[in-house]
Amino acid sequence: MNEIWFLLQLIIQGLAIGSVYGLVALGFVLIYKASSVINFAQGELLMVGAYVCLALLTTFNVPFWAGFLLTLAFSVVLALTIERFVLRPMIGEPVISIIMITIGLSLVLKSFVSSIWGVQIKVFPAIFPQAPIKAGQIVVSQVYIYTFLASMVFLVVFALFFKYSRLGIAMRAAANSNQVALSMGISVKRVFAVSWCVAAVVSAVGGILIGNINGVNITLSAVGLKVFPAVILGGLDSVAGAVLGGLIIGILENLSGGYLDHFFGGGVKEVAPFVILVIILMIKPYGLFGTEEIERV
Amino acid sequence: MEHTQPTEQVTEPKEPILSLNNIEVIYDDVILVLKGMSLVVYEGQIVALLGANGAGKSTTLKAISGILKGEEGKVTDGSITFMGDRIDNTDPEGIVRRGIFQVMEGRRVFDDLNVDENLIAGAHTRNSRAEIKQDMEMVFEYFPRLTERRHTLAGYLSGGEQQMLAIGRALMARPKLMLLDEPSLGLAPLLVKEIFGIIQRINREEKTTILLVEQNARMALSIADYGYIMENGKIVLDDPVEKLRENEDVKEFYLGLSKVGEKKSYRDVKHYRRRKRWLS
Repeated sequence: MNEIWFLLQLIIQGLAIGSVYGLVALGFVLIYKASSVINFAQGELLMVGAYVCLALLTTFNVPFWAGFLLTLAFSVVLALTIERFVLRPMIGEPVISIIMITIGLSLVLKSFVSSIWGVQIKVFPAIFPQAPIKAGQIVVSQVYIYTFLASMVFLVVFALFFKYSRLGIAMRAAANSNQVALSMGISVKRVFAVSWCVAAVVSAVGGILIGNINGVNITLSAVGLKVFPAVILGGLDSVAGAVLGGLIIGILENLSGGYLDHFFGGGVKEVAPFVILVIILMIKPYGLFGTEEIERV
Repeated sequence: MEHTQPTEQVTEPKEPILSLNNIEVIYDDVILVLKGMSLVVYEGQIVALLGANGAGKSTTLKAISGILKGEEGKVTDGSITFMGDRIDNTDPEGIVRRGIFQVMEGRRVFDDLNVDENLIAGAHTRNSRAEIKQDMEMVFEYFPRLTERRHTLAGYLSGGEQQMLAIGRALMARPKLMLLDEPSLGLAPLLVKEIFGIIQRINREEKTTILLVEQNARMALSIADYGYIMENGKIVLDDPVEKLRENEDVKEFYLGLSKVGEKKSYRDVKHYRRRKRWLS
């Protein structure tokens, strides 16, 4: 019986972290779908968001909600700057150049952050009630529940945005075909810019949520790497798939950590998503919901 | 090139809405596709632009709608005027806002958006939600078949329905001038007839001027007021359709009719065969 409670507890924690992965993956897929850019700096956007929010809360003593909104505003400005001055000049360049530029961007952001805030781990002031919740024999910190709810709220908001708003529909149209979207007067440049904004915003939210659980330091950017297994699992060009992929990776990561850590002496959690990544690439390279590209020779 | 519309035309005298004056289009900085192309469209007309594959018909439309730039092509010479304004350096968004909407070749609906969402995307440049809603009803009146498929993803529609959606989506922008690129492509003859009937209705009822590019010359000439024939990047012949339909060359090359028992030199025969390949 204890076993089942343990399992449930792992799943709940995994869902919470996974929902954040899903949120960040959404941003990643948006950029990919709109502009075919694989953004290797996604994790750094997340890290920057967490640091900016932390600085506002601790250094400038801004109340949480104001700090949170300011962080989102900062992310939007950062995204617009990056899109306008780094990526837009690259439109039409080979994929490899664009990948290299996002890797370069990630290094620049990391260096900025470590030169301003150093590399020490910093504790995020608690934004959610900390007391653990007991249900049956499950003991879960409330933080996980709130984290899950917070990312779900954002996911639902964005889902509604894409389903019903005219800009959302225009963005999906542009993702479907840039050229046709252009022919109906949809500004594709604007769509690129908005997808970067959304990506930066969801990343910042993700950074704040994870930072709140694990503390903030430079390795927070590694969450960006965990988004890869999530989006590959879901299918690189499926938003719903990315979110689901995030949830699954979160759960699998936590389960493998919970069950396998004492065999390997810890750290399984960090490796598991990438083992899963390799397995998916071998058996289902287009992911669960991705478009299979059919090439006829 | 100056084109004068004959006075005996049935429709009333009109304003030129679009004119292309000697335009030259170059792709990739080297490939010359349009070589001094000129064409005039008068308000309220249906103008057909006919010609063989690779003559430059689609390029002409893209030059007008401004999407040429995305394909490494540009207008290097000449001018395009729409309702008195030069538009040859306007971006596609500006062109749509001015009232020109291109229905691209091969239907090109947004596969993973449903019918309603495709229509909303078409109305991107408009502001009033109420008007958009009203115009959606108008589209469903023209294409009742789409009504029951409103929530179906466009990728699952049949070819004919997709073409209807592509035209309906164009209507959503309330264009003054609609550019249609091969609406008959890959459709069954009955469906082609239906769609051309609707194009004609749109022209009459919505007062939308239409510039139509077609391979199906017979169909195009049956609904058009004026026709241009294009070869190798320029216009070689233009006339009201009544005259075009009587033109021997047009009959032979474009309508698949030829005089019986007429002597031809070997060169003509070869020429004829070469041209014959694309006839429907």
